[in-house]
Amino acid sequence: MLDVKDLTIEKAGKMMRNGELTSIGLVSACLKNIEEKNKELNIFLEVFSGSAFGGDDALEQAKKADEIIKSGKGGKLTGIPIAIKDNILINGRKVSAGSKMLENYTASYDAFVIKKLKEAGAVLIGRTNMDEFAMGSSTENSAYGPVKNPFDTSRVPGGSSGGSAAAVATGMCLGALGSDTGGSIRQPASFCGVVGMKPSYDIVSRSGVMAMASSLDQIGPFAKNSEDAKIIFDTIVGKDEMDSTSVDFTSQSFSSGPRSGPRPLGKALSGSVIGVPREWLKDGVDKEVLENFEESLEKLKKAGYKIKDVLLPYSKYALAVYYILMPAEVSTNLSRLDGVRYGLRKEGENLPGRQAGVFDTYKKSRSAGFGAETRRRIILGTYVLSHGYYDAYYNKAWKVRHAIEKEFENIFKDVDFVMTPTTPTTAFKFGEKSDPLQMYLSDIFTVPANIAGIPSISIPSGFSKENLPMGIQFTGPLFSDESLFAIEKDLRENK
Amino acid sequence: MDIKDVENLAELAKIELTDKEKENLLKDMEEILGYVKQVQEVETKDVEPSYLNKNVWREDLPASSVFSKDLIIDQFPDSKDGFVKVKKIL
Repeated sequence: MLDVKDLTIEKAGKMMRNGELTSIGLVSACLKNIEEKNKELNIFLEVFSGSAFGGDDALEQAKKADEIIKSGKGGKLTGIPIAIKDNILINGRKVSAGSKMLENYTASYDAFVIKKLKEAGAVLIGRTNMDEFAMGSSTENSAYGPVKNPFDTSRVPGGSSGGSAAAVATGMCLGALGSDTGGSIRQPASFCGVVGMKPSYDIVSRSGVMAMASSLDQIGPFAKNSEDAKIIFDTIVGKDEMDSTSVDFTSQSFSSGPRSGPRPLGKALSGSVIGVPREWLKDGVDKEVLENFEESLEKLKKAGYKIKDVLLPYSKYALAVYYILMPAEVSTNLSRLDGVRYGLRKEGENLPGRQAGVFDTYKKSRSAGFGAETRRRIILGTYVLSHGYYDAYYNKAWKVRHAIEKEFENIFKDVDFVMTPTTPTTAFKFGEKSDPLQMYLSDIFTVPANIAGIPSISIPSGFSKENLPMGIQFTGPLFSDESLFAIEKDLRENK
Repeated sequence: MDIKDVENLAELAKIELTDKEKENLLKDMEEILGYVKQVQEVETKDVEPSYLNKNVWREDLPASSVFSKDLIIDQFPDSKDGFVKVKKIL
């Protein structure tokens, strides 16, 4: 049978257009991988396979894709199996954000990114497991059990998009969508040895994606390499009137550091300057991760990049800012989950006198439907937004956020990219980070890009002695997304 | 912070907590707030917290909806005649 692990979206697409491969053959191979490994790894919450799905069944989608390809109208994603994180709405399909609250919820419309994938003829193969409401860095907060890291099943795949990352790593699909609010695409990409990218804020519509923190959320691609990731990226970007923060990416101009203009994929970025914030790497980073990082720097130098130390003092506070602003937005966004219009309802009591019985419904439904981490963040958000603390926490965090945005803007006058390891460690063991703050600290390198709204990519950079994947992260100025894809290609070709 | 504060927050957020959950949350909150309050030491004179939001307008004209009204109504946990049914409000 076809070895999906060897295939890329680019290669599979060419083979299908040449008649050497059919989408049905490709999707069947993926479904077989899922059948063999999903029970153990718990990657997919639901696979769109079976007569119950009617025309939405993955093989039915593949059949339609084959017809499109035969007619000569196939594009780069036609017939390509893509996995979708469980917080992205697909019309008529269940979508639960990894929660009990929305266990049986059925989406009533397509997310913008889903519309774009469908238009491109992609095959949506299933919805992937995640930390509940995208809150977590390990999938241990999923209401359906965690995902196991395919490289070591005693370890986490990362989160919150752990399922999507692992799906690509195990050949269950050729690409996947995830969401990244503080690192939820890049960190699992690093732990699972795949490429994961967070686009510039506002170039991918958030319409139809369950909101976590609206000023930070972005949807992005997982794939085996940057060309594949870029194919997905090109498909999902777009201005959408349903997301009023969205802009038309293709019409944005940007200046990538001292040299301006987009760099086409494939063109070596020789001469580009990479900034390394050495201060950030002083404590808390695994020795092996640091060694791998230094090796990567050497490879980049050989490929013609220049390396420069940079100082980013404000960005040191990005994680603290994140854990004020994000819970605040979460507490607001999740207030719609009250058991009234959708989701789990645990009926409350009609209370005596003038008390509103419906409040009791809210309390019982929310307590039954939300896991511990979700409640923790809602309470934290409620605190920082409450009277008396609003100024000291929420407003102050916004001011520091602006200082961080400005700091990145300024640093990109001196360097083209900022580079760090994606995470301070390799994949940790289940239960290892039982203390919430310890878990939060695993996002220390990924969070600044979300705070500043700028694009960032995690690229596989090797394996540890225990055969665990490691990743390096590149962050660029606003709208420099295409340059980020080019770096991975450079590194791959300059091995 | 003390347990009463956690209880007040839970009341605001409309979440019911057991005593054990309140104790754990108190511990968590103290730890997390202890970390995030470092933002207060950052010098941010003259920076106004201008949020990202700006108004984006459209004409006040009805547009056809892309979602299935029936599917939405079907999912009301309790409904009558197409209306959501809840416990008393007033």
